[in-house]
Amino acid sequence: MSTDDLRALYQEVILTHSREPDGRGIVDGWTGRAREVNPLCGDEIDLAVTVEGDVIRSITWEGHGCAISQASASLLTGLLEGATVSDARDRVERFRTALRSRGEIELDEEHFGDAVALGGVSRYVARVKCAMLAWVVLENALATS
Amino acid sequence: MSTPDLTTHLIAPGLTEAEVLTFRRDFPILGETVGGHPLAYLDSAATSQKPRAVLDAERDFLERRNSAVHRGAHTLAAEATEEFEEARATVAAFVGADPGEIVWTSNATEGINLVAYALSNAAYGDGDPALAIAPGDELVVTELEHHANLIPWQQLARRTGAVLRHLPVDDEGALRLDLIGDVITDRTRVVAVSHVSNVIGIVNPIAELVAAAHAVGAIVVLDACQSAPHIPLDVRALDVDIAVFSGHKMLGPTGVGVLYGKRALLERLPPFLTGGSMITTVTLERAEFLPPPQRFEAGTQRVSQAIGLAAAVRYLDAIGMPRIAAHDRRLGRRLVEGLAAVSGVRVLGSATAERVGLAGFDLAGVHPHDLGQFLDDRGIAIRVGHHCAQPLHRRLGLTASSRASTALYTTDDEVERFLIAVADAAGFFGVRP
Repeated sequence: MSTDDLRALYQEVILTHSREPDGRGIVDGWTGRAREVNPLCGDEIDLAVTVEGDVIRSITWEGHGCAISQASASLLTGLLEGATVSDARDRVERFRTALRSRGEIELDEEHFGDAVALGGVSRYVARVKCAMLAWVVLENALATS
Repeated sequence: MSTPDLTTHLIAPGLTEAEVLTFRRDFPILGETVGGHPLAYLDSAATSQKPRAVLDAERDFLERRNSAVHRGAHTLAAEATEEFEEARATVAAFVGADPGEIVWTSNATEGINLVAYALSNAAYGDGDPALAIAPGDELVVTELEHHANLIPWQQLARRTGAVLRHLPVDDEGALRLDLIGDVITDRTRVVAVSHVSNVIGIVNPIAELVAAAHAVGAIVVLDACQSAPHIPLDVRALDVDIAVFSGHKMLGPTGVGVLYGKRALLERLPPFLTGGSMITTVTLERAEFLPPPQRFEAGTQRVSQAIGLAAAVRYLDAIGMPRIAAHDRRLGRRLVEGLAAVSGVRVLGSATAERVGLAGFDLAGVHPHDLGQFLDDRGIAIRVGHHCAQPLHRRLGLTASSRASTALYTTDDEVERFLIAVADAAGFFGVRP
């Protein structure tokens, strides 16, 4: 792997989001909440959603972990606030499929916006869990809502 | 701080650069490249690489003498048994024990579980009932233990109603020897401690712990996984009752570990795993057990792995553990000194305490997994995460850390490449002012 590959993994948008994440700090009034730990590294995301009707009004979270897990949680917040629950579930599933594809399937900008930067993770099997963590917790939080 | 068991090798010369380069030719994997860079393998504390002598010993056995040991009357069975028992004697001599005091296990984790389960089995009439653990008895661990030397004791406490206590560490991760008198009491039955911390690499001064444990009749269980490959290990000089270590961390194969136990203790200890090969007479109702070590070796054994481990021990002995220790100690000092010079790095453990070739550290603002990925981009392999020691990390105020570790085949050049890369990582992740 060359440094170009490293840059493709750690794109500027990922480094920026990891340093100054969106959605950090759980806000009261949530309707669903879940928490997951990656047992390999101890990375942890606790995430709360506020759903009104079938629309996700807010996503807030707390946690700690590597740049990829933190940036992923931040990007997810901006992307899925305002989405319907079914649309959010659909995009989590597409995200999972792309990340597990070992670089075969790219994330499209129409559905994933800035979060397409996370697509580079799919070529690093050991890091897929880092990027998936917040998305899995969102699914679980929606299930409790 | 140096301990008495180290004084014998403090004066040994280290390895010359030419010697290390010669040894490296025995390890085929060290010639590999990662992403176009020569591999710099600084993760030997997780698992060491294996020299051809070990790979050849296993292959030669499997190709020419493979057979079940301790059964069968044919030629191969006799040869295999002899070689298997010779391997036991080789490993015994390596740690200063008698062959009858060496039990093969799958790994160090199994060795510790063997002792913990055997102690609870003592309550059911096998072995010496005086070994049984009763409610109110106390088991003592330390705050820096690997989960393998913590959870088996937690579980033993749960099974028996014993109380699990721990000797704390200070802010640097050093054992609080001043608290021994509070933690080890008349109720203490077991004291379990690591010889060398797998997170911070400091050689623990265990002599006082051993003395305090023995003064109250407690058994000392030593996790020697990180010392056996790096410093001369003399179980009699240390006077521990049990010591465990893993083959794969000391140039040997995976799947084989060693449990040393003082003969008098092993003779009183009931079995953990039961079945074939560990019995004398069996009826439908009950069984008589063999004496140690066979009592603890139920079922088909790891024969080729044990033979591979003996080859590893011969390889280490040919170089000499005192010289390997001097090499590791020098590289460990360089790691600590080099890391301490990088802005934002906190080296774990005292910089002056006796240390093997291992440095745990935290780089402010860069998660260990991201650092590990950055180093991998340059072909440098280190360990990142909680290293199976979550309580110690919590005590040090961390969730995870990074660890570079050396072996007899580690070069100064690899250590320098690593130090430069750590400094560059701070720039890459934008945490350098």
